[in-house]
Formats: sequence, structure tokens, C-alpha cells
Amino acid sequence: MQNSAKPEGITPSQTVGPFFKYGLTPTGEYAWNDAFTNSTLTPDVSGDRVRIEGRVLDGDGAVVPDAMLEIWQADAQGRYADPQDKRALPNASFRGFARCGTDKDGNYSFDTIKPGTVPDPDGKPQAPHIVLAVFARGMLRHLYTRIYFSDEAGNAADPVLSLVPADRRATLIAVREAGKPVYRLDLRLQGDGETVFFDV
Amino acid sequence: MTFIYPTDSNKAHPLPLSPEYKSSIKRAPNKPLIPMRHTLSELTGPVYGHETVREGDNDLTTQHTGEPLGERIIVHGHVRDEDGRGVANTLVEIWQANACGRYVHVRDQHPAPLDPNFTGAGRTVSDASGYYRFVSIKPGAYPWGNHHNAWRPAHIHLSVFGHSFVSRLVTQMYFPGDPLFPFDPIFNSVPDEKARMRMVSSFDLENTKPEWALCYRFDIVLRGKNATPMETH
Repeated sequence: MQNSAKPEGITPSQTVGPFFKYGLTPTGEYAWNDAFTNSTLTPDVSGDRVRIEGRVLDGDGAVVPDAMLEIWQADAQGRYADPQDKRALPNASFRGFARCGTDKDGNYSFDTIKPGTVPDPDGKPQAPHIVLAVFARGMLRHLYTRIYFSDEAGNAADPVLSLVPADRRATLIAVREAGKPVYRLDLRLQGDGETVFFDV
Repeated sequence: MTFIYPTDSNKAHPLPLSPEYKSSIKRAPNKPLIPMRHTLSELTGPVYGHETVREGDNDLTTQHTGEPLGERIIVHGHVRDEDGRGVANTLVEIWQANACGRYVHVRDQHPAPLDPNFTGAGRTVSDASGYYRFVSIKPGAYPWGNHHNAWRPAHIHLSVFGHSFVSRLVTQMYFPGDPLFPFDPIFNSVPDEKARMRMVSSFDLENTKPEWALCYRFDIVLRGKNATPMETH
């Protein structure tokens, strides 16, 4: 096994189950310390600071109190903190990753900055967006989706939003609250208003 | 030239709705997933250095003042992609029940003892070649409410990041020869038998430590990227 040849296939996914909380999102509840929080912010990060919040709901509209969400995003100028992003943009210290468990009422929140524009494979600009992975008991594989922002004119021409039937696009667009840097987006895993999930 | 992660790899995963696993019934999407081309957002992913991991985080037997109860085990393996390349510097997080099959969790009311010397959470970063290692306690089987007399096979949960947001994986490592395999809807949610068996670790006699711990090997294979021009779906 030590020097095994090319493997036959990938390791399948399994659910995080209901008991991940002390391992992945302890937030002070257990002796184990957090590797991640629900914030991407550092004191020196540049860009517009925003909060994204909402609830996770199941097919009955019941809140999901045991979900875990992860976000990954570009910095304010649209650069990813990854060596694979080779564009000639200054390397910021912004890391772009955060993790959040839902509370007993199904609420989540992220403190972050508004990302910049990232090109699609043809070089066309995508509207500012955050990618989001949803994990929970009952989910054998995490689901992949995106968060867009309601006050971005570029949404209309975004190549990924354009793949989504018009009557479902709102499930991906976090709505800015009047006068506050807060955006709200509920995630519906199933049923009425079901969030669009992508096959990636 | 743009690297993509072929979606064919995803056939190894369970389908979102697996009715035998009851929790999936109200939580799996009803509508089909929408295919999309990968952009930089999908092709990049969090890169972890050692700063998030403390020394000793990969030894679950030394997190408290006393020794945990149960069978001490070493778990190690190779994180690689499906093209056989080792995945260096990727964060591997684990969590598990104690030797009695009890989690440190308010929702776990299984009447088995909690072990004051065992939390059951650990993490490490794969080395420059993609190898990782933990020391822990073999977890016990435990009952759950999915169906009459439902017991989960002993397992350790693992979370791995890989090279990109689309190679992210959360899985469970099982132990060889577990008699509960045929009855577990989570294990059997993986339709292909060969893929299912890739979740079963192998007993590694060579790397046991005499008088101290048994050893299991669990290789984790993430999606690989091919240097193929992107195609429009």
C-alpha cells in the first residue's frame, strides 16, 4: 500500500452527521479549539465590510439547527488567496474562507468583505459572488451554491446566474437591508423556494 | 488551457436522496443540480499552512490529563488525487465517538459512558508528499434512531480540503470486517461496491507499535484535474 499505483477512483462522500460540532465548529462550547470562525476579517483587510445572514430550512420549512456552511471568496479586487490564481493582482493577506454552524433556530451569519469581480473561463466578468458549501445530517454529500448581492448591476449579465431559470435566481441573491451593510439569504434545501444547487 | 475537474468522478458519491437514510428525505434537493463550467471560484480553494494546527492536535489520546479508555490505534494514509498525485499541505480534520460509542455532544443521549479523557476531535496537515497520521482510540458502534435496531458501524469522520473548492471532501473511515456493514444505510448510500469499499481502512500490521497500538491505513482519494479544455455543458 505504501507506494500504491494510480487509484481506481475517488473516496465517496458521507454525511457530517449530527455530531460534528465539537470537531469542526466548537465556538467555545467544547475544550477543542476552533480552527475557523464565521469571519474572514482581519484588522487590515481592505474592502467593504458586510454581514451575510439567514436561516437554513428543510423541505417542511422547519429550521435546520445542525447544518454547517463554508464560504470561499475572492478579496475586494477579485483575487483568490490561492497560487492557482496567477493574475497580476497584488497579493493581499485576505484568506477568503470561513465556516459557520447554524444555531438552534437555523440561523447562520458570516462577517466578510464584498468580493471583487472574477473572470469566467472566457474571461468575461462574473458579478461579485461568494461560493458556499452546505453540510448537514441527512446530506450524504455537501451541496454547492453561490451567494450574489442584490445591489450589483452585474448580476443581470452574470454567466452563472444566466444558467439558472429566471424564476429561481432570487434563491441565490442576498438582499441588502435598508441602510445597513447586512445582506439576508435563506437557504431552502428542498421544496418551495428551493435554493439552486450546482453540479460542479 | 484551463484545468477542470471532470464531473464523472462524482459518480462515486451517494445520490442526495437515499430514502433508507431517513434524514435525507426532507433535506435532499428535489430539483436537479444545475451543471456549470468551473471558474476560478471553483478551481481555487483554501490553502492551509501549519499555523491553524498546533503540535499534538493529531493525538487524541493526549488532550486530557489521563489516558482515554479503549483500544489505542494509529490511523495513517495518503491523501492523493485520482491521478495519483499526493496532496501536500491539506488540512485533515477528524471527529469520532469514544470507545463506548458515545459522542461529546448534547444530542447524543446514548446510555454509554462519556470518557473524561477523550474529546474525539483532532486535525493535522498532510506532509509534502500528502501523508497524514493520527493517534486515537477505536470508536465503538452506537445505536441511532433511523430504523428498528439501527447501529452505526464504527467509524471516524474525516474532512479534507484538497486543491480546490470542488475537491472538498467529508467522508467516514470504517474498519475492516465490520458485521454492521450490510445494515447501515449511510455506508450503503454509496451505490458502487468498489467505491463503498474504498471507505474501509485496511489493518496495517507493519505499522502497529508493539505493546502500544494497532494501526489502520486509510488512503483518501480526492478529485483530480485534467488538463483538458473546458467544454460547454
